[in-house]
Amino acid sequence: MNIVRSLSLGIAAATALVVTASAGTLDDVKARGMLNCGSSGQLPGFSLPDAQGIWMGFDVDYCRAVAAAIFNDPTKVKFVALSSKDRFTALQSGDIDVLSRNTTWTSSRDTQLGLNFTAINYFDGQGFIVRKSIKVNSALELNDAAVCVQQGTTTELNLTDYFRANKMRVKVVAFATLDESLKAYDTGRCDSYTTDASQLYSVRLKLAKPDDHVVLPEIISKEPLGPLVRHGDDQWFDIIKWVHFALVNAEEFNITKANVDEQVKSDNPEIKRLLGTEGNYGEQLGLTKDWVVRIVKGVGNYGEVFDRNLGQGSPLKIARGINALWTKGGLQYAPPVR
Amino acid sequence: MAAGTDRPRDRFYNNSKVRSIVWQAVLIICVVGVAWLLARTTAENLARARIASGFGFWNVTAGFDISQTLIEYSASASTFGRAFWVGLLNTLLVAVIGIVGATVLGFLIGIARLSNNWLVARLSTAYVELVRNLPLLLQLLFWYNAVLKTLPDIRDSLHLPLGGFLNNRGLFLPAPVGEGVGVLVWAMLAGIAGAIAVLMMWRRRPHQVRLALAPVALLLPPVAAWFLYGEPTAVEYPELGRFNIRGGIEVLPEFVALTTGLIVYTSAFVAEVVRAGLTAVPKGQVEAAASLGLRRGAALRLIVVPQAMRVIIPPLTNQYLNLTKNSSLAVAIGYPDLVQVFAGTVLNITGQAVEIVIITMGVYLVISLMTSMAMNLYDARLAMTERR
Ligand SMILES: N[C@@H](CCC(=O)N[C@@H](CS)C(=O)NCC(=O)O)C(=O)O
Repeated sequence: MNIVRSLSLGIAAATALVVTASAGTLDDVKARGMLNCGSSGQLPGFSLPDAQGIWMGFDVDYCRAVAAAIFNDPTKVKFVALSSKDRFTALQSGDIDVLSRNTTWTSSRDTQLGLNFTAINYFDGQGFIVRKSIKVNSALELNDAAVCVQQGTTTELNLTDYFRANKMRVKVVAFATLDESLKAYDTGRCDSYTTDASQLYSVRLKLAKPDDHVVLPEIISKEPLGPLVRHGDDQWFDIIKWVHFALVNAEEFNITKANVDEQVKSDNPEIKRLLGTEGNYGEQLGLTKDWVVRIVKGVGNYGEVFDRNLGQGSPLKIARGINALWTKGGLQYAPPVR
Repeated sequence: MAAGTDRPRDRFYNNSKVRSIVWQAVLIICVVGVAWLLARTTAENLARARIASGFGFWNVTAGFDISQTLIEYSASASTFGRAFWVGLLNTLLVAVIGIVGATVLGFLIGIARLSNNWLVARLSTAYVELVRNLPLLLQLLFWYNAVLKTLPDIRDSLHLPLGGFLNNRGLFLPAPVGEGVGVLVWAMLAGIAGAIAVLMMWRRRPHQVRLALAPVALLLPPVAAWFLYGEPTAVEYPELGRFNIRGGIEVLPEFVALTTGLIVYTSAFVAEVVRAGLTAVPKGQVEAAASLGLRRGAALRLIVVPQAMRVIIPPLTNQYLNLTKNSSLAVAIGYPDLVQVFAGTVLNITGQAVEIVIITMGVYLVISLMTSMAMNLYDARLAMTERR
């Protein structure tokens, strides 16, 4: 399964690289009538198919927002489940048009993979979860512990760095899939499991007895997460980047799924430009004038997407924290539409 | 090109040998040319897509840890190249132990299937049918999750004699330490190789001689090393720390699950190969042996097996190749084999799919070709002794 998958993706990437020259992704997507979106499919709150097989989550809604902007229909997305290990090859080989999957922006990923990060839609950091029974209150007490981790992640590298920097020893046990690494932790193979803090909340719900586990206070890294596209198609890069900015700007101007029809009538010039009643900013992107109306009608604004999937409206109850708008002391900030 | 002689028939291009050489050369040039073209366009496309290429990553610091390392390795000091060797050795370790185990178990079961004892024959048939009809991946997950995870937690470790521990994080054994240990390990390997050589090569000697010499070959190198390089200076006992067991030799549960799974699975196929080989020997041979007064065991060892071997070797080679390739299912249970470490983590960090997939495939190809070659040599020996 995994080996076959990753090798075949590798080979697909290799052969795709032998033959393809990149065309306009937007045109391809329009011709196909469908956006191909890579996501994890394993993480409640970020991306997980529900009982009916409909994909739900924060990363999922980003793809839905793109589909809404292009097709005026947030359901025109085909989701592809990708493990940490396979995600980049799938994008390189053209299997997917965009990778929206809790992926950390790092310099080497941005420069060496032929991919481009578009924006940071979630500011995250790495944390640890342990069993309450081992009576540990800080990650600095984990000297000599066995830690389960998922392969092919920044997590795997940060873990080694952190223990080395703090002169502690660690036994790293790496698995290719979330399920295996989590099961290994759950059954006592490891003392701790580590990943991005947001995901710790989400994976904790998957453990046999979530209440027996506690997330430690230390955040040991910067994990700026966001969607990626292939290098070399600037128009497509702009679209994905500006869908994020549209979501954030919509929240800033209090444009919501419920009130967007009202807001279209607004006299505020900034809102008029954003919603396309003035200027042709959407067309400049290769979309339509009402692109932001379509997005907000489809998924809501950034705040709504966050709350529904991760925040108070979800089982995870993650606080906005540094992901609040810049006007509320957070880091989410979008350039103006003009 | 120079012209040939005058008579048309003798013209060099009418000579069939020359022609065939020319055609082969043309073919080789075409193949090489296509390969070169592919390589060049790939490199160009990689460059255009701004994907890093080349083998520069080989000497870059790895930065990630590996849970089982047969050679020295550290995340901070070792390179991706070193990680490759660590993964390769882990693969070879599983392959060698798996092949030996599957051969022994497979031969026993294959012979048992032909037993006159009804129960033994039925049980071994049931084993074969059960094992070879369940997907290997499922079996690996079974050994790893259903069997090994039921071992006690670290804090309730089973204490083994001589200071060992057994728990759901592995088997921990006392380890000899000191200068001579490395030499001793190599000497033991040399001893094993020597014993195998004695048993297999000296087919002309009576087997009493071989059986007597084999233990000597086995023990001589380690004993010599012991006296020459000094005995290990101390024994390091595994110790229960706050979280984990420290020191000693550690056998990972991932390793045990993978080797057990591979041995059990492959042994069923080996058993079938062996059974087919044994039944291929004409009944008359057994009857003749019996009429000479040979007992069943002796007849099997001296008459049937040597003849059956010629039928057994080629399909047995296939099973060995399968086992080695199947060992890459290690990814599913977190054993750090070549595919997990190199085609997994290293590929993911460097993003150099093309280079890494090519190297990985090349390695499996070389391992497979070497296995086939060894088996063919053995086969050739058998065939020759047969004719004498
Ligand atoms: N943000 C980190 C880690 C992201 C990551 O892959 N996390 C794992 C562990 S929670 C995951 O999402 N696994 C889900 C899957 O493989 O489907 C990265 O980009 O490397």
